[in-house]
Order: sequence, then structure tokens, then C-alpha cells
Amino acid sequence: MTAVAAPIRAKRVLPGFTLSLGTTLLYLTFIVLIPVLALILKGAEIGPARFWQIVSSPRAVAAFQITLTAAVIATVFNAIYGLLMAWVLVRYEFRGKRILDALMDVPFALPTAVAGLSLTALFSANGWFGGVLEAAGLQVVYTIWGIALAMAFTSVPFVVRTIQPVLEDMDPALEQAAVTLGARPWAIFTRVVFPAILPAWLAGCTTAFARSLGEFGAIVFIAGNLPFRTEIAALLAFIRLEEFDYNGAAAIALVLLGFALVLLIASNLLQNWAAKHREATR
Amino acid sequence: MSIEISAMTKRFGKTDVLRGIDLAVQKGELVALLGPSGSGKTTLLKIIAGLEWPDAGRLAVDDQDWLQLAAQDRRIGFVFQHYALFPHMTVRDNIAFGLSVRPRAERPGKSVIAAKVDELLHFLQIAHLADRYPGQLSGGQRQRVALGRALAIEPKVLLLDEPFGALDAAIRRDLRRWLRGVHDATGSTTIFVTHDQEEAFELADRVVVMGAGRIEQIGHADAIHDHPATPFVAQFMGATVELPVTLHSGRADGAGLDLSALTRRALPDGPARLLVRPQDITPVPDADAPWRITTRMSNGAHLRLVLNHPEQGEAEADVPRRAVQAAALVEGAPVRLKIEAGTIFPQDRSAPPATATPKSPQARLESSR
Repeated sequence: MTAVAAPIRAKRVLPGFTLSLGTTLLYLTFIVLIPVLALILKGAEIGPARFWQIVSSPRAVAAFQITLTAAVIATVFNAIYGLLMAWVLVRYEFRGKRILDALMDVPFALPTAVAGLSLTALFSANGWFGGVLEAAGLQVVYTIWGIALAMAFTSVPFVVRTIQPVLEDMDPALEQAAVTLGARPWAIFTRVVFPAILPAWLAGCTTAFARSLGEFGAIVFIAGNLPFRTEIAALLAFIRLEEFDYNGAAAIALVLLGFALVLLIASNLLQNWAAKHREATR
Repeated sequence: MSIEISAMTKRFGKTDVLRGIDLAVQKGELVALLGPSGSGKTTLLKIIAGLEWPDAGRLAVDDQDWLQLAAQDRRIGFVFQHYALFPHMTVRDNIAFGLSVRPRAERPGKSVIAAKVDELLHFLQIAHLADRYPGQLSGGQRQRVALGRALAIEPKVLLLDEPFGALDAAIRRDLRRWLRGVHDATGSTTIFVTHDQEEAFELADRVVVMGAGRIEQIGHADAIHDHPATPFVAQFMGATVELPVTLHSGRADGAGLDLSALTRRALPDGPARLLVRPQDITPVPDADAPWRITTRMSNGAHLRLVLNHPEQGEAEADVPRRAVQAAALVEGAPVRLKIEAGTIFPQDRSAPPATATPKSPQARLESSR
């Protein structure tokens, strides 16, 4: 006689899997998936020909160009400044370091419109910085530089906060090893430290770039919003919406969405690469 | 290269990490810095490397003042405890690093570097790993790569921080022999840090025992084992049982103790401390003796006995389980303690009177701070 053994079913050790996953999925569906889907459907409603017509209209193309150019400028600036900031926050001990560290989150916490207003006040012709800069022949407000400035302000924490943990985790022995092998500070940075933080740095820059493309509140105050000159894509979509041209708004928004998705995927791939990199160190 | 360190001190905040170190290492010597954690041995190694700076003292290598020299210019090979290999470089690139970062004027050509790296890969028996990344290597393999990277710059001095600390026992033994071979073949002056006595004694020409920022004893394995210079060394070497004895013209005497095997010591008469390894205590059943066996544990090969004396507290003894007398050593049995070997030290004037409580060297170190 053989006893039929009941099949063994592995039990989850952590409780609440079904409930928590269900809640998250539901939330994600309502807050993210359905709106995005609606946007896509709205855009698809008009057919590819009309879509292309809206998206390739001179005003839209100019808006995309301005948005991309400004975002590139902002990201290049943040790539350098953010790296420096993360370096200072991790590597040095000084008075007020914690305050500085907390200040780094202000762009996250501040309503972007407030940021836009204060930047405009500072950089307009009669503002503190604007007066000096315009005397030197550089106009910031109502130009692409203003847009880039607003973008840089709101997206710099992404770069700092992605590099910081990686830099903190770096084994100090790596640099010490390089020193004993005769490497000078610049060689240590370029050949040991920078390669270690490169994936995180790229991921941070990508996220910052994506954020810059979508920035709205901070920009509309400082940009002046002249069509073909300083009108960004997000604003154009907003204008179309106000004109009850839902299809036009959706089409422009879809292009922005496309950009954002590609960048987010790139950022995730980079972060995966970074995680693998870090694992290999241990 | 000969290394001379004198009167070196170093403090971290309120802690004296080094309290006056004098040490001379001869060219081609292999020296171990042995001590518990917190004894300052790694700090001393890092000062030699130029990764730390002393508060005072001298460090001369071949009569050159190394405290005037940046770490980069000292040409030392340093092997870190956790190897610190560059994770984004292959084994080959890791080993080539020291040569390829030299200023252009001194940098050997690409083919020269490649040839040097190949030579090292073969010498260290890791040629098959050349194109792997450190993340893909085992601990023992990383250790070899770390040593290869350090040797590539043809260092004047080779320094190793707990070189085998992160490896398991079988690999440690292999690598130890291998490291000795590497040392002999390269003829470099080598200093390594360890907390493992066996490692220090098996590998090194001379062992420097450090405790709480001082050098306690320098010597060869046998001398340190048989004639510890200080109570700290005795305890660190396993003499964890402390028994109070009384000296009369160099002869020691203690309650319930048979000290006839001990040699005379030229110490003043009066109370003294006897430090003994548990395995050097043989309990002998004796109905009149004051010691009682309170606990008897076996680890298979040995019996560990805890012994109690009404006035002197506790002591521990290790007895081979298969020894003839072992059967009689049951809990509650009265015994006399025959001391086979041990070291007598004068009574510490500042310390409270010695009681026979076993203390680990670690615990002693903590309490002496």
C-alpha cells in the first residue's frame, strides 16, 4: 500500500502579498494607466495623417525644438553641477553640511510656480542678477536661457540624489589602492571614481532630462511664451486645450509622453547596469 | 629595503592608537604584526604606506625620510584586507593599473606593460583569469590578483593587511605557503598584519606582537610561545588562566598547585601572577586538595574542565579525553593542579590582587584602556 503524499505547496513567508499587490495595481491602473491610455486613444482618434499634421506644424516643431534645446542645456549644466554637489555632500565634512543637504530637496518640495516667479524676479531686467547680466549683454528672462534655467532648477536633485548613495557606498580602499599604486588625484578620479559612479550619473542625468522636458510651472513665468521663440511643448498643449482643441493637445502631449517613456526606459536600464556594477564590487 | 621606525605616536581623537613604536625591519625580511583588533597594527601598516600620518616619530626607509614623501612616491605594494580591486576593470587592467598611471615620461610602452602583466599572471598562476572582472572571481583568486597588482610596480616594500582574513581555512593554508614562495622569489621586504597567531608564526621570519598601541615583544615563534615577555603576550598566546602564587627565592608556591615543573625566576619574593594555558594544567585527583571540578565538557578530542577553589575562584584546564587519568576527572572530584608550563610575572602594583579568573586577552585589552 502506498500513501499518496499531498503535494507540497510553498507558503509565502511575508503575509499580505495578494492584498498589497492588488492595491498597488488598482491604484496604478486608475492614476497612471487609464489616463495614459485615454491620451493615446484621444491621439489615435484623429488618425495618423491628422496627427502628423498637428505634430509637424511649424509652431509645434518650434516648440519641440525649444523644449529639447533648453532641456539639453539644463541637463549638461546639471550633469556637471549635480556631480560636484554630490561630491561635496559626500566627501567633505563642514559646518552646515546637513542644511545644504536638505536644501538640495527644495526644488522637489517647492511649488514649481513659486520657483518660476522667484527666478523671474531675480533675473528680470530690474532684478538682482538680471540687471548685472543684462548690463553684460546676456538676457535670461524671455529667452531660451530662462527656460533652461527654470528646467535646471527643478531637475538638479535628480542628479545629486542618484549619485550620492553610490558615492557613499564606494569603498575608500579603492582610492587608497590607487594612491599606493602611484595614481595622482586626477587619475584616481578619472580612472577609479568616475567609472564607478558613471552608471548612476548617466541615470540621474536621464531622469533630469525627462523631468526638464515635462517642466511647465516654473517655465511659463520666465519664458515669456512667444510662439516660435520661447514657447515650450507642454505650454502649447495647454494652449490647445484652452482652445478646446482636445485632439491637438493630445497629439502634442503624446509626443512628450513618447520622449519621457524612452528616457525612463533608458534610465532604468542604466540603473540596472549600475546595480550589477555595484554587486560586482562586493 | 630596510625600514626604521622610531618613537612613533598616533592619536585618533582621544584614543592613543600608537604609543611609541620602535621597530627595525631588515631588507628581505618577512615580518608579521600580530595583535588583537585595536592594537594599532593596521594603523602602523598604513603609516608605512603613507595612507595615515603619525603625530610624531620617524619613518626611514634605506635612510630616506618617508614622512616627507607622499604615498604615491613611496613605491609600496599594498594588499588590502578586502582586496579593493577596481570592479570595472578586468584582472589584466587591474594588474596593469600601477604601470599605466605613471606620468608619461616614466610610463613603459604598451607592449612592455602587457608583457609585464603576462609575466605576473603566469607567476601568480592566474593566467586563465586575465579577462575576467573581479566580481567573477572567488576570494582566493581576488587575493592573488590584488597581490599581482601590488607587485606590478616592483615595490620596494610589500605591505599586506590581514591578507587571509576573508578566506576559509583550507584556502588560507594554501595561500600562506604560496605567499611565502612569492616573498622568497621576489626578495622584497614584506610586512603583514594579522590577528591569527598560527598565520603569523607559520609565515613570518619574525613576529611583532602588538597590544594597545605598543610593541609587547619581537621574536621568533618558539620564543614568544615559551617565554612571553609581558602578561599581555602570555594571555594573547593563550595563557588565559591566571593563578596567584607566592615567590620564595625564585620558587613559586600556590594553594593546591604543583609547580615543580616551572623553572626558577629571578623575581623578588612575595606575591606574583602565574599565567598558564589551560592545556598546560593537569588536574590530579587528590582527596586533600582544595580544587573541585565544577564542570566537565567534551569537544571530542579534549575535555574542558572548570575548576573551583574556595578562595581563588575559577580556573580552566584542557585534558586529552583519552588520557589515562581522564576517567577519574568527574564533576565534584577534588584535584590538585599540576602546572606543566607557565610564566610568572611580578605582581602588578596598580592592579588589584590577582584572582584566578580566566580572562580573554580581548577583555583584558578593553579593560586596560
